Amino acid sequence: MHGDLSAILAHHRYESLRLVQIMRDVMALHGCIAPATITHLAEALNLPRAQVEGVAGFYAFFASEPRGRFRILFSDNVTDEMAGSAELRARILDAFRIGLGEVSRDGLVSVGLTSCTGLCDQGPAMLVNGHAIARLTPARIGAISSLIRGGSPVDQWPENLFAIVSHLERKDRVLSSTLAPGEAIDAAMTRGAAGTLAEIRASNLRGRGGGGFPTGTKWEACARAPGPERFIVCNADEGEPGTFKDRELLTHHADLVLDGMTVAALAVGAQKGFLYLRGEYPFLIAPLEAALADRRAKNLLGPAIRGAVGFDFDVELHVGAGAYVCGEESALIESLEGKRGIPRNRPPFPVTHGYLQKPTVVNNVETLAAAALIAVHGAAWFREVGTTKSAGTKLHSVSGDVARPGIYEYPFGVSVRQVLDDCGARDTQAVQVGGPSGTLLTAGEIDRRLAIEDVPTAGAFMVFDRTRDMLDVAFNFARFFAHESCGFCTPCRVGTTLVRHMMARLSEGKGSRRDVKDLARVARLMKATSHCGLGTTAGNPILDALEKFQPAFVRRLPSLDVLPSFDLDEALAPAREATGRDDAGAHLDEEVP
Amino acid sequence: MSDEAPPTFLLDGHDVPFEPGQTILQAALAAGHYVPYLCFHREFKPHGSCKVCTVKLNGRTATSCTTPAHEGDEVLSNVPEIRELRRNLIQFLFTEGNHFCPSCEQSGNCTLQAVGYELGVTTGHYNPLFPNRPVDASHPDVLLDFNRCILCELCVRASSLVDQKSVFALSGRGITKHLIVNAESGRLADTNLDPADTAMSVCPVGAILHKRRGFRTPIGQRTYDEHPIREVAVRPHEEKP
Repeated sequence: MHGDLSAILAHHRYESLRLVQIMRDVMALHGCIAPATITHLAEALNLPRAQVEGVAGFYAFFASEPRGRFRILFSDNVTDEMAGSAELRARILDAFRIGLGEVSRDGLVSVGLTSCTGLCDQGPAMLVNGHAIARLTPARIGAISSLIRGGSPVDQWPENLFAIVSHLERKDRVLSSTLAPGEAIDAAMTRGAAGTLAEIRASNLRGRGGGGFPTGTKWEACARAPGPERFIVCNADEGEPGTFKDRELLTHHADLVLDGMTVAALAVGAQKGFLYLRGEYPFLIAPLEAALADRRAKNLLGPAIRGAVGFDFDVELHVGAGAYVCGEESALIESLEGKRGIPRNRPPFPVTHGYLQKPTVVNNVETLAAAALIAVHGAAWFREVGTTKSAGTKLHSVSGDVARPGIYEYPFGVSVRQVLDDCGARDTQAVQVGGPSGTLLTAGEIDRRLAIEDVPTAGAFMVFDRTRDMLDVAFNFARFFAHESCGFCTPCRVGTTLVRHMMARLSEGKGSRRDVKDLARVARLMKATSHCGLGTTAGNPILDALEKFQPAFVRRLPSLDVLPSFDLDEALAPAREATGRDDAGAHLDEEVP
Repeated sequence: MSDEAPPTFLLDGHDVPFEPGQTILQAALAAGHYVPYLCFHREFKPHGSCKVCTVKLNGRTATSCTTPAHEGDEVLSNVPEIRELRRNLIQFLFTEGNHFCPSCEQSGNCTLQAVGYELGVTTGHYNPLFPNRPVDASHPDVLLDFNRCILCELCVRASSLVDQKSVFALSGRGITKHLIVNAESGRLADTNLDPADTAMSVCPVGAILHKRRGFRTPIGQRTYDEHPIREVAVRPHEEKP
């Protein structure tokens, strides 16, 4: 066993910075990271054992005890739920006679939940030993159950099971780009570092990951920061539920994104880059590695790019392990350094103190693609479309109750109504723009515009028709934030869990008016005092739903103002178990006096 | 005004001088103004996780222990809106852990309890989570009671930065985040913790206790029994418990 570990460690050059990557490989090999393995890794990497254990305990894809030899994780996004995920899950649980979260007695299979896997346009979806399977149907579940019983390794399963399809429904400037690999680099080299910076600045390009920070300002701050070493990080940790645009950009326009990284490297003077890919997109690893190798062969990466002496830049692929918070740029950097993905205190910002405390630019995938286009076509061209404050175009990941889910690229400023019309949405009740951390819009608000001036968005666009209960939607989002809170700060760590509990009670019809009041109190506290964007936005879907869909909450409230917060009958369960009784006399009357 | 006058900011209407690089909380405490906190400690770089020191800074909420002070800042601390946020945070901590003050050896010396009194917290308000956290009594001289841990990371920081041992760390995430010790067995007895380590003396609650010292100081004569935390916390450093 230690021989296998040594091979993994050697492959990663015994670099403690690569701890998360090492642990991914250990999981793939052993199915868990056992206490003895942690001790071995700590000794080999010269790290405190407790620190290594802390990293293993942070990421959702790591487990300290063996899961099933086939570890199934169903995507738990609300769009998967709406597409019938629960029914399919029940089928497979029945087939193997296990409960959710359990391992079958023979150790063959375990079934659990994971946060949105970014396949919302082709859900319901699951991960089996890290491999993504989309478009689940009862027939596919049957086939998967048979394959598991047969015991053949997942990488020998029929290839068509793993097919991820693309739905590029509306292309604009980014998706219709036909630039050849390296064209943007050539253009940037012609402009020079200062000229490229000026062009990006003049373009008014803003970060596409949700923050909307001006990219030119970020690049300039990094370029000006003292020190010889700089880093460019492409944030492909696309974790916001309902978002899958980066998946498509990296599938169809990887070279444009990598060109953008190289343009950024030229502009700020960086020598090294990282592409941080979310662990839910394993199907992109091989194509991206191939794209990187191809670019090295073409002198688009590596030493003296395009023959320019001194222009050295290379990109390393890092893969995440199930942690939404790592989409926050400083948490992402911590993860890149092989640590728990806890957002750092700012200031200082990554542009001056990023990876290894050195100046670092972290940009979203789509931002870098846009930067490559600006290098070629110029700032004026870029600003031709969009709004004053939101220049250019934006990719929207459309899913939910629509006829044609997929990627829709529009100039900024498009109305919600336009998107709904184009994707064939009918009888729309609500749209969650920008994902759970974004904005919930009602049918009465669909003339609002998607741009920083009105409704800002990182690209998720989930549609709910009038058959949907918005309390269920809010409950799903509450579960998501409770699962993904990193736990660093009190308000988010405790608040997201209290919200989940209160939403569960309301959803079962056991909530009280006090719960409704407390939901708002907790949401406000998280917004005011949390450490990072996860916590400050975690209350948004609750506050929005309370304000805009109050009937959905009131409908499930019993008439009482106060209800006991505990279930007397449930409290007797341990006594029933101990005495082996389950007759009527061992239960309390359900009636409320 | 002379050139040597230090820069100042305004805290609840008082001018507070600060040295460049000081955070709002550091400067406030140095000038004798109390701002409640739990995870802050003068000896360590602030990390800002408990959020109890939240203030209103120029109209927006900010974590005062990690936010550098700037000339002319307007900071509100002891005002109803901020006190309510802090009260809610303390209630969160009482809800999250198992804090039974009457039976706790640390009662009267506990920062969580003292800040609770300071803020007028009378109940945990929310349904307690009642987590199942077995105590670790394996060490001959030290008791580790995870029920009371508020995850401030002071022992983690003290053990790695001062003691150079990394006896403590955090694992899990979200509500399952928990304190762990540096041993494959998970037992404190199997670590190299020494009762004289700095990590033993920084716990603001009763999670890390010396064995056989219980109730040496009777209840009623303990630090916060005699003086409220707003007085104790701003005493010159040497006098702090």
